[in-house]
Amino acid sequence: MLQKNSICVKILKGVLKSKDGECRKILRRNAHFSFYPEKPPSGSTTKMNMFQAINNALDITLRTDESALVFGEDVAFGGVFRCTVDLQKKYGKSRVFNTPLCEQGIIGFGIGAAASGATSVAEIQFADYIFPAFDQIVNEAAKYRYRSGGEFNCGRLTIRAPCGAVGHGALYHSQSPEAYFAHTPGLKVVIPRGPIKAKGLLLSCIRDPNPCLVLEPKILYRAAVEEVPSGDYGTLIGKADVVQEGKDVTLIGWGTQFHVLMEVAQLAKEKFGISCEVIDLVSILPWDLDTVCNSVKKTGRVLISHEAPLTSGFGAEIAACIQEECFLHLQAPVARITGFDTPFPHIFEPFYLPTKWRCLEAVKNLIDY
Amino acid sequence: MAFDKVLKNVINKCLKQPKLLRCLSTHFKHDIEDHVGSKIKWTSTLDFVSPDCFSPIPTYRVLDSRGNILNKFEEPAIENATLEKMYKDMILVNTMDKVLYESQRQGRISFYMTNYGEEATHMGSAAALDLNDLVYGQYREVGVLIWRGFTLSEIMNQCYGNCLDPGKGKQMPIHYGSKRLNFVTISSPLATQIPQAAGSAYALKNQNRVVMCYFGEGAASEGDAHAAFNFAATLDCPVIFFCRNNGYAISTPTEDQYRGDGIAVRGPGYGITTVRVDGNDVLAVYNATKAAREFCLERSKPVLIEALTYRVGHHSTSDDSTAYRSQKEVDERIQNDNPVKKLRLYLENKNLWNEEKEKEWLHLTKRNVLEAFNAAEKILLPKWTEMFTDVYGVIPHHLRKQMNEMEKHLENYRDHYPLEKYST
Repeated sequence: MLQKNSICVKILKGVLKSKDGECRKILRRNAHFSFYPEKPPSGSTTKMNMFQAINNALDITLRTDESALVFGEDVAFGGVFRCTVDLQKKYGKSRVFNTPLCEQGIIGFGIGAAASGATSVAEIQFADYIFPAFDQIVNEAAKYRYRSGGEFNCGRLTIRAPCGAVGHGALYHSQSPEAYFAHTPGLKVVIPRGPIKAKGLLLSCIRDPNPCLVLEPKILYRAAVEEVPSGDYGTLIGKADVVQEGKDVTLIGWGTQFHVLMEVAQLAKEKFGISCEVIDLVSILPWDLDTVCNSVKKTGRVLISHEAPLTSGFGAEIAACIQEECFLHLQAPVARITGFDTPFPHIFEPFYLPTKWRCLEAVKNLIDY
Repeated sequence: MAFDKVLKNVINKCLKQPKLLRCLSTHFKHDIEDHVGSKIKWTSTLDFVSPDCFSPIPTYRVLDSRGNILNKFEEPAIENATLEKMYKDMILVNTMDKVLYESQRQGRISFYMTNYGEEATHMGSAAALDLNDLVYGQYREVGVLIWRGFTLSEIMNQCYGNCLDPGKGKQMPIHYGSKRLNFVTISSPLATQIPQAAGSAYALKNQNRVVMCYFGEGAASEGDAHAAFNFAATLDCPVIFFCRNNGYAISTPTEDQYRGDGIAVRGPGYGITTVRVDGNDVLAVYNATKAAREFCLERSKPVLIEALTYRVGHHSTSDDSTAYRSQKEVDERIQNDNPVKKLRLYLENKNLWNEEKEKEWLHLTKRNVLEAFNAAEKILLPKWTEMFTDVYGVIPHHLRKQMNEMEKHLENYRDHYPLEKYST
């Protein structure tokens, strides 16, 4: 525990937890992406970063649903990423509480609480540490309803886990495990790209009658700031966003990588005059095949990009489906720019990531094919 | 050895009060300091605490092997009809086990697991619970379901996976579940239900209900058991952890499973009030469970019960236990420490049972079991499209597409599939 926490603390101190502007500047200077905020929707909004938007969604949940419980390692004092700050003060120790340091216990406990009628929002401190709970998630949560013929279910369970690269998280504070879970019927998996999506998706997942996994790109917790709707709202699970329309190439990504692709689109326009359509997939399971295929049929070229390793990454699933559905429309092979098939390294992170430059090169190659 | 002496004192005190649930989470009143959550007592003697420092946790019994009450103050006040039902349900489980085991041997169902030797753990514990209490099982607890009113038809329908199985034929035989009877559907992965039981208990707190969670001594080696004990203790969950220690996990004897004093000794380590009982003594199991239930409700805390018993039957129909233990060992157990026989002798002593009743009940149960079995065998299996339901609350788009593809495929290749066995 100490080891895990000491690394967490370093990360927090180093980049995320700083309250002064100095570290924020360092983050901006060193970050491998620029944040592209969503257009603020009409109606009342509040300026929030992503951890505040998540906190707000949990606050709404605890306020509107008496049965709701929020728990995990270190959530009581506000969470190592501040997502649960002040919630225990507001709603009491019986509803917002620390658990022992044991991921399989957290999810097993959450399944049981959910099966007995409590809206359960479990936190896994880093997505890298979700694997001890893999059995409970894959064999239990995902199959609960199916195996009982609907007599029992744990649909009230939502799991939150910070994921993705953070600059220096190395092997166990950087992983993007979405593909492991995409292979699990019965589960829903979503990844927000910013505060507006994070709040809407979390509220939708909490209320969805199926167990859901929300993977939150941790580098966005403070870096992503948007005008977030103040009220209660949901975001459709299973629906992708065409954020920027284009006609030459379709770029597909999610989480932080979406922002990389937005910049790639800008660079492709400036440098080569290529018009890119950028899609945030948002939802990994179930995923929005129609939106993706409509775009690919229009552009005829596609780049899929994710931080996770290439082999059996979720990009492979998308590529295979595109090939099936859009065979006659494709003018070039489906390109995938992803993390390499290595563990996520510490000092080599700049070379490991699917950078905008690797993506830009791939876009150019797609056009030149 | 001052520390050891204090411990021994506490243990002896507990032993002198058999009514008291054994509570080894000791509270010393003097020379004790708090140190970041730990109670400490300084010593200048270097003494390692070894497993031998403690005498074995005693095993609570009410009946001797001839069905006599050992201590009349311990005899529970159970109504005659209830005692009779305990026995009748044990015989029913035995009869059903026999028929279903044989039917698996004949290839009529794909798999089965018997309950021989562990009947008292089922009936004793089930009778001490309220029907509102939620039960999580492992797989060898069908007696609990039967006690609660699960019918023979429901059992047979599940084993066949026919149209009437609420599980729609999706799981292997013996993976029962019943919303109506508050019995959570069984799953194969061992011990996963234990932390879930703690979670359920947390959610059901202050509703005058407890959660009962059964598991074997082998499953207690899983990480999930550790998780559950610790979560239940730290989060104050009113859950009864009921361990059926039957000596074997498939072929693995307990000496390959653990080296401590069974499962019970782990309870106090987690701060859990614990008791060990004779699992072949239905009255001891009943008393322990009843007291545990009251404790859970009063204190909103967990209890661990370890019931010592013996797995008389093979592990499952896929196992031949003579490959790793002698028939002599099994025969001796059946002869000398038989939970069904023990209860029968007790009932006969009370004039509640006799040979005539035995014959009559055996005849009746056999007929009922065979009737339910034959009826279930004749019922069609659910329509193949049920394969796609209940993955999610609503069938998602991509899954509906796969179902439609299968439908088209069946139009062309229907002769190659056993459609006649399935509903349309």
